[in-house]
Amino acid sequence: MSDTKAAVKAFIIENFLFGDTTYKLDDEASLIDNDIIDSTGVLELVAFVEDRYGITMADAEIVPANLDSVARIAAFLESKSAAAA
Amino acid sequence: MCGFVGYCGHDVAPEEAGTLLRRMTTAIAHRGPDEHGHHSGKGFGFGHARLSIVGLADGQQPMSDSTGELWIAFNGEIFNYVELRDEMKARGRHFRTGSDTEVILHLYDEMGPDCVTRFNGDFSFAIWDERRRSMFIARDRMGVRPLFYTKVADTWYFASEVKALLEVPGVAAEIDTVALDQIFTLWAPIAPRTAFKGISELEPGWAMLIDREGLKTRPYWELDFPEAGAPPLHTNEHEAAEELRALLSDATRIRMRADVPVGAYVSGGLDSSITSALAVPMAAEGLHTFSVTFGSAEHDESSFQQEMAKALGTRHHAVACSDGDIAAVFPDVIRFTERPIIRTAPAPLFKLSGLVREQGLKVVLTGEGADEVFAGYDIFKEARVRRFCARQPGSTIRPHLFRKLYPYIPGLAQQSAEYLAAFFGANNDPLDDPLYSHRPRFRSTAAAKLFFSAELKAELDGYDATAELVERLPEAFSRWHPLHQGQYLESRFLLPGYILSSQGDRMAMAHGIEGRFPFLDHRLVEFATRLPPEMKLKGLVEKHILREATKDLLPELISKRTKQPYRAPDSESFIGAGDLAYVNEALSDEALAGTGLFNAKAVRKLHDKVRAGNVTGFRDNAAFVGVLSTQLWSQAFVGKSSRKSLAA
Repeated sequence: MSDTKAAVKAFIIENFLFGDTTYKLDDEASLIDNDIIDSTGVLELVAFVEDRYGITMADAEIVPANLDSVARIAAFLESKSAAAA
Repeated sequence: MCGFVGYCGHDVAPEEAGTLLRRMTTAIAHRGPDEHGHHSGKGFGFGHARLSIVGLADGQQPMSDSTGELWIAFNGEIFNYVELRDEMKARGRHFRTGSDTEVILHLYDEMGPDCVTRFNGDFSFAIWDERRRSMFIARDRMGVRPLFYTKVADTWYFASEVKALLEVPGVAAEIDTVALDQIFTLWAPIAPRTAFKGISELEPGWAMLIDREGLKTRPYWELDFPEAGAPPLHTNEHEAAEELRALLSDATRIRMRADVPVGAYVSGGLDSSITSALAVPMAAEGLHTFSVTFGSAEHDESSFQQEMAKALGTRHHAVACSDGDIAAVFPDVIRFTERPIIRTAPAPLFKLSGLVREQGLKVVLTGEGADEVFAGYDIFKEARVRRFCARQPGSTIRPHLFRKLYPYIPGLAQQSAEYLAAFFGANNDPLDDPLYSHRPRFRSTAAAKLFFSAELKAELDGYDATAELVERLPEAFSRWHPLHQGQYLESRFLLPGYILSSQGDRMAMAHGIEGRFPFLDHRLVEFATRLPPEMKLKGLVEKHILREATKDLLPELISKRTKQPYRAPDSESFIGAGDLAYVNEALSDEALAGTGLFNAKAVRKLHDKVRAGNVTGFRDNAAFVGVLSTQLWSQAFVGKSSRKSLAA
């Protein structure tokens, strides 16, 4: 697992699953369909991404295609990192 | 309105009957502080706690007929008792009292168990029939008044509240974990199941008979809707509105019948404003109205309440409810709801009924029921918007309607169309799902089960409360219009299971107050089921036909007001006053280990998040209130029941 994926996963487990490490959180699992985040959770997730990785997410980027699973978040962050490089 | 207890069977020794009935009655004394009575005979016993409202001088219970062969214990009101009594008098029957209780006895004498179909009221009652050696018990159609029962050895025991049954030797309080799963999904247990293992609830519109062959239950009335596409019975909106107005006026008129003054709750919304406006000319000594106010603008409706009271010229009383007030009364609230709850909304209503009692009144009209009967809740609009979005799944325009529906949901206003559609399952939920209208609510509530312990999850073994709910739907359900399907789910399950019980009867009766519900008059309910869906929910305007029928009654500020759902502060109620000792104790590792129902580590983190004021989402609020109330329920009931001996 990449460091990014691991960090994102750890954040989700700590903040949205209240430290429940027994929860089988697949990288591809939808955070909405599996009731892990709600409308306020998305905003917490955006705050985490911005604070941890020093980026600013445009409104158009705050969509399930970028944020609805560990894998999507990691891919989004990696694409942002590549674009900045 | 009162409370009653009783038994049917031969396990209670005659010399112990009085003690048992007194203990059971004392447990529900709050329901009837005016007088208590009990009576036992061979194989049966009744206890009664009376709130004197009709027939003040001669309505004592338990009551028998003139032969002594029929005995009744009764909780509630038969609002059409005047007409029924006149009918029976015309047939030559003689009445000894002016009470509605005696009317039930006479009609049972004439019709047997079928008498229940003639009653227009909010009731539960039990009749011992010496001739048939049977106990007949019935509950009102919509579930306003409660009735719980259980069996020990060969005897059936019943009562208006569970706490009376816990006085019966051999009855112990234990959580029903399936009921807990149902509460953490559907907000309420699916009757006849209750939060107490082994204790059942008689379903709304059902009756039971206990005789030599045992106990049998059956429905005597069912909520029904016409098939979708069938020619509508009402096509002329003006005529439908006139009929509605006449029915609602009469429903209110017969609910003003009492030998004591009747007051009214005024929330500031449409429904209670209508019932109050109709009641004003019927209140001979002027109408007292009552409201609860909140400190937070998000929840407070006091400006609308004052506007309405001023327009009606009522004597208005208000009680302020702060976050700290909710926390202060919450343990008492759970003692009266007798079930875990996932919202604090009953707590302010507990305070409100206390205000009514302080002012010396015993009876209030409320506007409850209009949102179920005339499609007022946001959930009906939400389902319509979801179907609208599903027609064009990629649309980035249609999901913006969700924002209009829920301006008060934190974080929603900032979401993209894609997220809005995803949160509400607008593109994924199958359109033929019988629970389509309620699926997002059930899904987001069930997310709170994250906090269940590993042991509880293992015990539940994948149990799905929504699947059980589907099994309970009537055969015709699939042929109803989608709006009617949603109305059925709301009216048949959440209304009696939460609104009328945890927020209604139990909060009012905690202070000996009787709520009356004109919108739940069965004539009005049956009329509304036959209205075309578009007369109820017109586009995204809720209760359209009700607004049309009553627009002359109310100030425009109220009549055109969009519904503001009744809500109270949830987890934030428990942080304003600093650390509360009872919350810390209930959520301690020791207490959580004691019940074994929740993951202590996760609950600790949730509690920390609440303390930090960071809990804003629905799931975490529901989880916190749900866990805390379950722990308080356990403290209140488990281990404090079942005296081993009546001599103790």
